[in-house]
Amino acid sequence: MNFKLKDIGPQLITVIAVVLIFGFFTYNAQVNMENRGIDFGYGFLSQESSFDVQFSLIEYDGSHSYFRAYLVGLLNTILVSVIGIILATILGVIVGIARLSPNYLINKFAAFYVEFFRNIPLLLQIFFWYFAALRALPLPQDAEPMFGISFLTIKGLFVPAFIWQNFNIFFYSILAAIITIILIRNHAKKLQETQGKQTPVLLISIGLIFILPLLSFLIGGVRLSFEVPVLKQLATTSFIYEGGVSLPPELIALALSLSLYTATFIAECVRAGIQGVGKGQKEAAASIGLTPNQVLKLVIMPQALRIIIPPTTNQYLNLTKNSSLAAAIAYPDLVLVFAGTALMQTGKAIEIVSITMFTYLSLSISISILMNWYNKKIAIQEK
Amino acid sequence: MMSKINFLKPDKSNLYTFLYLGSFLFFVSVLDVLLNSFFSLNLTGFLPDFLSFLLPLIIGFIGLYFIRIELSGIKQLDLLNKHINTNNFNAVLSLLIIFIILKSIPPILSWFFVNASFAGDSKDVCTGSGACWTYIKVWMRRFMYGMYPNAEQWRINLSFIALALLGSVGYFAIDRFKKYLTLYYVVIYPFIAFLFIFFFISGGPVFFDFSYGIIAAILSIIIGFFIPSRFKFYYFLIVPFAIYILLKYFLFFEEYIELGKLDGLNWVETGAWGGLSLTFIISFFCLIFCFPIGMAFALGRRSNFPLIRYISIGFIEFWRGVPLITVLFMSAVMFPMFLPADFFIDKLVRCIIAISLFEAAYVAEVIRGGLQALPRGQYEAAKSLGMGYWRMHIFVILPQALKLVIPGIANTFLALVKDTPLIFVVGLLEIVGMLNLAKTNPEWLGFAMEGYVFAAIIFWIICYAMSKYSYNLEQKYKTDR
Repeated sequence: MNFKLKDIGPQLITVIAVVLIFGFFTYNAQVNMENRGIDFGYGFLSQESSFDVQFSLIEYDGSHSYFRAYLVGLLNTILVSVIGIILATILGVIVGIARLSPNYLINKFAAFYVEFFRNIPLLLQIFFWYFAALRALPLPQDAEPMFGISFLTIKGLFVPAFIWQNFNIFFYSILAAIITIILIRNHAKKLQETQGKQTPVLLISIGLIFILPLLSFLIGGVRLSFEVPVLKQLATTSFIYEGGVSLPPELIALALSLSLYTATFIAECVRAGIQGVGKGQKEAAASIGLTPNQVLKLVIMPQALRIIIPPTTNQYLNLTKNSSLAAAIAYPDLVLVFAGTALMQTGKAIEIVSITMFTYLSLSISISILMNWYNKKIAIQEK
Repeated sequence: MMSKINFLKPDKSNLYTFLYLGSFLFFVSVLDVLLNSFFSLNLTGFLPDFLSFLLPLIIGFIGLYFIRIELSGIKQLDLLNKHINTNNFNAVLSLLIIFIILKSIPPILSWFFVNASFAGDSKDVCTGSGACWTYIKVWMRRFMYGMYPNAEQWRINLSFIALALLGSVGYFAIDRFKKYLTLYYVVIYPFIAFLFIFFFISGGPVFFDFSYGIIAAILSIIIGFFIPSRFKFYYFLIVPFAIYILLKYFLFFEEYIELGKLDGLNWVETGAWGGLSLTFIISFFCLIFCFPIGMAFALGRRSNFPLIRYISIGFIEFWRGVPLITVLFMSAVMFPMFLPADFFIDKLVRCIIAISLFEAAYVAEVIRGGLQALPRGQYEAAKSLGMGYWRMHIFVILPQALKLVIPGIANTFLALVKDTPLIFVVGLLEIVGMLNLAKTNPEWLGFAMEGYVFAAIIFWIICYAMSKYSYNLEQKYKTDR
């Protein structure tokens, strides 16, 4: 009996404390809302939002619902995160490898980059790019064309738009290429494991991913043309580019600073991963007669990736969460559109903040579940 | 045919020919870029633009190719080849980096120093193409202290100096007192720091609390010498606060002090705090608070009691899953709804609570990593000595686990310092917020760059120093296992 009490006691106290705190908060919230005449509910999501958003991937204006505004914000967050993740990965991998270079200058240059960008707050970097660096860009009428088709101006980046014919055939061809590559990879892996044969998977993959879409152009009737942005005069001194795709300066500043900042962390992950593979592994692989390429592909990379991928995914998550700093430079992401404008208009603090938090929470929990699954899959199975 | 190729291939036999030729070419290419960037002379201006642009690279590359002689026997040359000139690819990269550095030095120097303006105290002196450091000079007080009244700023300075002195006690403590240091840093120092910052900097009627706090701290330290060492931890956990509360609520010193016509300090509301000092204050408090909270949740997550474990997991995963900015939003707009109507918590305090809870989740995960890394034998050995849960953790497990996770904790603290600018969400302006405010001042438009560069330098120094310090700490406590 005594033994059981010892077990239950601390748990009971903790649970009671938690319940009391939550009860206290809910009770107060109820009282406060009653006093102010606010009712709790998510019904406002279907109401007309009556505010505009500067930049949106889907059709949106004031006549759409709050839920649509939420979607606009969410899509913008995803857009900047995806751009940031791609750029940060490319830069991070290059810098991470450069950190291991035997070349003294490259090594120090990469180290300087990492130490420099890692130790400055991200918000400051965003402000710097947006308020100081991008403000030094030319006005639309003075902009020099880049490659003759795109314009980087103070009002944003204007690039040509793709106009597709039979886009779905092109899409299916890429899909088919990806599926074939996966199949070939699996087959090659099996061959490698059972017979020890090497298949040039990378070459075949590169070939496939180019040839199949090319075929879709030649046979499938896919056509691609470009709509180049054209300068248009709005007033005597006000110019803007029409046609094409325009990326607002907020997006550019945000994507740039997010990727520059996160790349430093990814670079460290890559470096730690490659360094984490023991020297003996490389020597052992070389001593059984593998070529340097094979050593890298078959021995170093599989082990390094095991160390690199989990923290890198963490960095991707951080980048996605950090993209919420967009609110500081008025890029219409989830926080600005929903927890900012929509909250101001409806006054539904609890509902809106909880939806926003829940969105981020479900995003990161789903990725961490995926990560745990992946970790289990690639963990070394000791016999 | 073969002999020609052999002739072009540098090796030991024709060492000096190639060495002189190669270094000459390399020297010429660097000189060309140097002259170009520092004196804007274009030696190859007679060539077409494209060629003139690429020529230094080509010449330098040939030069480096010529001096790439393996085992030349010349020490410096071997060193050079090993470090920047191992193969063609590395040679090109090295050249590019040398050229980039040479090219970027003059504009940076001219912006920072040569064409910058330092003198004067108005915008008129800033006519050069360089930076306008006058702007920083004029706004310095605002960047450092926010809207804190000029006449009272000595209070912030004094507090920081006092806290720095009190914090450095560890370096000067004689051996006899060394064993009390942990206690001092974990319990007493945060307590004094809290009193200093909250009561001395904010001033007003609560200033008296400050004096009670100081009296309580001194009294408890004096009495502490007579307490048997096994109770010391609990003693310092409880008694200073007890004395403080006793003084504040039961002894009514205030009346006596007011009888003596002692004035308190002017009240400065937290909304006026700002600038770099606010960055320090917030980081400092969050650092103090998030550590014990994080430790508690790390232990909770490893607990044998399922309910405590699940609550800890829920807490940690919740805070780790949301961005800090939404947490601050919550503390600003949602949190007041959860409190009784007449109950008001200061904006700054709400901020500190929010950031502390947020960072505590990260600290918890870091400490959990350390706990997991400890071998089971440590737990079993401690238990076999008859230690209970708390004694085992305080004396055996945590000291070892914390030592393991010094880099992780340092990283979390760095992240905390870098996160402080986010408090602009609730309307508090630390240094970055003050910069944005100053930038919009109609008299000082157009100096955004200077401000951000200034803040970036400050943050960089703070963060770099912290990371270097943590590295030293890690090396110091590294024990071979």
